[in-house]
Amino acid sequence: MSAITSDMLLQSLANAITLGSLYALVAIGYTMVYGILRLINFAHGEIFMMSMYFAFYFVTAAMLPWYLAFLFAIACTGILGIIIERAAYRPLREAPRISLLISSIGVSYLLQNLAVVLFSGIQKQFPPVAMFQDVITIANVRIQKLSIYVPLITAVLVIVLLYLVNKTKIGMAMRASSKDFETSRLMGINVNRVIAVTFCIGSVLAAVGAIMWGLKYPKIEPYVGTLPGLKCFIAAVIGGIGNIKGAVIGALLLGFIEIFIVLFFPALSGYKDAFAFVALIVILLVRPSGLVGEKIANKV
Amino acid sequence: MSVLTTKGATMRFGGVVAVDDLNIEVERGEIVALIGPNGAGKTTAFNMITGVYTPTEGDVLFNKDGGKDMRTITGKRPDLITKMGIARTFQNIRLFGEMTVLDNVMIAQHLHIKSGLFGAVIGWPRYYKEERRMKDGALALLERVGLLEEAYELSTSLPYGKQRRLEIARALATEPSLLLLDEPAAGMNPTETLELTEFVRQIRDEFDLTVLLIEHHMQIVMDISDRIYVLDFGKTIARGTPEEIQNNERVIEAYLGVADVD
Amino acid sequence: MSKESKSPYLPATTQKHKGLSRTLSIVVLAAFAVFLYMANSGKILGSYELRIIRLCGVYAIAALSMNLVNGFTGQFSLGQAGFMAIGAYVTSLFIIPTAQKTAMYYVEPIAPWVESLQAPFIVALIIGGLVAALAAFLIGFPVLRLRGDYLAIATLGFSEIIRIFITNMIPITNGSLGLKNIPDTANVWWTTIAVAIVVIFMLRLMKTSYGRSFKAIRDDDVAAEAMGISLFRHKMLSFVIGGFLAGISGGLLASVVGAITPIYFRFTLAYEILLIVVLGGQGSITGSVVGACILTVAREWLRFMDNGFSIGPLTVPPIAGMRMLVFSILLMIIILFYRRGLFGSNEFSWAGLLRVIKSIPQGIKRLFTRKAKAEGGGS
Repeated sequence: MSAITSDMLLQSLANAITLGSLYALVAIGYTMVYGILRLINFAHGEIFMMSMYFAFYFVTAAMLPWYLAFLFAIACTGILGIIIERAAYRPLREAPRISLLISSIGVSYLLQNLAVVLFSGIQKQFPPVAMFQDVITIANVRIQKLSIYVPLITAVLVIVLLYLVNKTKIGMAMRASSKDFETSRLMGINVNRVIAVTFCIGSVLAAVGAIMWGLKYPKIEPYVGTLPGLKCFIAAVIGGIGNIKGAVIGALLLGFIEIFIVLFFPALSGYKDAFAFVALIVILLVRPSGLVGEKIANKV
Repeated sequence: MSVLTTKGATMRFGGVVAVDDLNIEVERGEIVALIGPNGAGKTTAFNMITGVYTPTEGDVLFNKDGGKDMRTITGKRPDLITKMGIARTFQNIRLFGEMTVLDNVMIAQHLHIKSGLFGAVIGWPRYYKEERRMKDGALALLERVGLLEEAYELSTSLPYGKQRRLEIARALATEPSLLLLDEPAAGMNPTETLELTEFVRQIRDEFDLTVLLIEHHMQIVMDISDRIYVLDFGKTIARGTPEEIQNNERVIEAYLGVADVD
Repeated sequence: MSKESKSPYLPATTQKHKGLSRTLSIVVLAAFAVFLYMANSGKILGSYELRIIRLCGVYAIAALSMNLVNGFTGQFSLGQAGFMAIGAYVTSLFIIPTAQKTAMYYVEPIAPWVESLQAPFIVALIIGGLVAALAAFLIGFPVLRLRGDYLAIATLGFSEIIRIFITNMIPITNGSLGLKNIPDTANVWWTTIAVAIVVIFMLRLMKTSYGRSFKAIRDDDVAAEAMGISLFRHKMLSFVIGGFLAGISGGLLASVVGAITPIYFRFTLAYEILLIVVLGGQGSITGSVVGACILTVAREWLRFMDNGFSIGPLTVPPIAGMRMLVFSILLMIIILFYRRGLFGSNEFSWAGLLRVIKSIPQGIKRLFTRKAKAEGGGS
């Protein structure tokens, strides 16, 4: 093991927070959908991938300024989320949960193949935005401005989301629906609409995450979303699935694990992508309800 | 000569005490009823005895033959408890839905099997014999409970009353010495209900059983039981013979106190 | 087919036709064997078509492996790609000639013990299956305590861990460059006989007490446990056998395709196998075989789409990946509207086929009346 300087530690700290914040935005989508439908939305990673392409084309083909392009990309992703829910999940509302899971795997597969047709399998370069990618030096640590913006944007979005879920009418409807569809329906809640809104919010957050991801790791290809997607689901499980704060905590933790293990054990860098899965299995065995989740007894 | 004893068995879920300090004793050959309003903790008590839940406190003791040296079964796995000789039925009928009536009963004999998986697939003579014996045993049990004609039908296609009887046949196939029946009369029609009392007595004698049952149907409970335990909000509020229970003020209070006694 | 034959035992009527069904099956299988013989000698089919038949067999075994765990034991597991990878690598390392191995590893030199591995194909295949089964056994300890979607994600995770290990253990696996020059031993006979053995094994297994116990766990694990069935032991049995079969299918795959890299065994492979199982019917052995054949052939047949085609006046230009898109849309239709797949949880039978054929005219009639009603009623 080579000596680790304090600068390296600070550098890694910045990287870990950035990566964790990116994970958090995607993890929230998983946790919200799981909270309401009890579904691991395997297609969430592909929604993430699609929004990178949307942003790419709004910048390169539509020649929009980056802020407009990103805004449109986010909106399109939100709509895509609603369409997917309507087409692939709503018809299975009364079906066994496993059918829903299979459907989400099908959607994931479909979106990957759709991306190959629409955007081709050739790797593309995410358009750079100088404002985010400029490098600045703070106390000997050279970081991209992105590393400052990402945690800030994530924090703001999480606060807005928590307000939305806890204080507004639609948020109340979401929380009610996640407990029990039937009762919520009886209380006059339009459950289908609530689910659509949930998907829309989850997709929008994934889009924000995807765009910032693209600025940081600017390679796009049709399979780019799968691995980050699974990792973010794992982050949500670590935090306690169904819990928004838990997803954020789990995501940050995962970001730290990935960055710092590689820092301390450089030999393991090739195994970086396996850490998340190991963490998942450990958490499922030790504390299956996650760090902040409540324990649920299965009823006989 | 007790078969089953619980010593201060308590089950907590978070802050809720579902069963509080349960002390029951079931003698060999007895039919004992566990009654109480909905949510009194009766099924939870069953789940503690059969290993579905591990009691938060206390002990469950069992002796197949009703001897003095009782072994603790607290927190043992359900399948091991079944192997030791406790079988059960479920309140909300849990048959294997995609299988025939016969297969449902044969599954309950799997715990006695000695052949390994590959011996079974290859069809070793030993497995062949075992399969034959399981099938004959299952058919005999089905005949006993009057379901022989339906042996090759899908279990869930049976009417409710017959499904209950199939559950009992399935439990008997594990060759238990203690049988736990969770609301055996629920969903039965009046004739079937009347027959149930006699049926339970008969199988007790035939199979040398001890029976612990949960039931809401008061007539059955009073007819069938040697002794009764009454639970309310997890606490045992009374115990005794049917006559004693019928005249117990606390029991009457508990039942009148709730509106939805069925 | 799935709806009519609700009751798998139809005592009187099926007894009568049993002899006829058996004769019919033997005739068809014999015809198929003759066909394979002619095909393999290069008289009817070219190597491209033969390769498709071989792939059908590979995927059929993979699907049966997943069906055993998912469809029959009810444990939704997505780890098959990882076990296939193990089977493929182990088998390949035993059958690639030593000289070729040495030349292939140019990033890092090959580990000497790997270099010296040599075995006949059948032995290599079985060792591959056993190593995969061992991996399944080790993975089973932690994951089989999980249920439903958690099990799915954990097994998928382990599958990915296996792949990452393969990518990184360069002296053994040649890393991301993969292995090539894998001898083309697994001809149509190998794959077809392997499928036949696995199918017979599965059919027999499902008739034994162990098979019944697997299904009991699928139908209601709480009740199964209350009937004295050790959940862990039986889930483990199913999982390990599933791992073995996946390993075998991986070994065959390696020999059929001739070159493998870790990329080949990504999540998408597990998804594809899952979709075969869903198409054929979860809990149907013959369904998995038919599903594998349909999907493998369809994917090849749809190849014309990549080259551009025209439907009437509409001309579609050549677009790479078009066939996979159409293919995945078809799969989505099955997932959404034919959830039980072709066979549901039943097996293929001539009587069933006859019933389906007989019900076609009625089905068409019903389709039209429903349409008329919908137009009239407006809802």
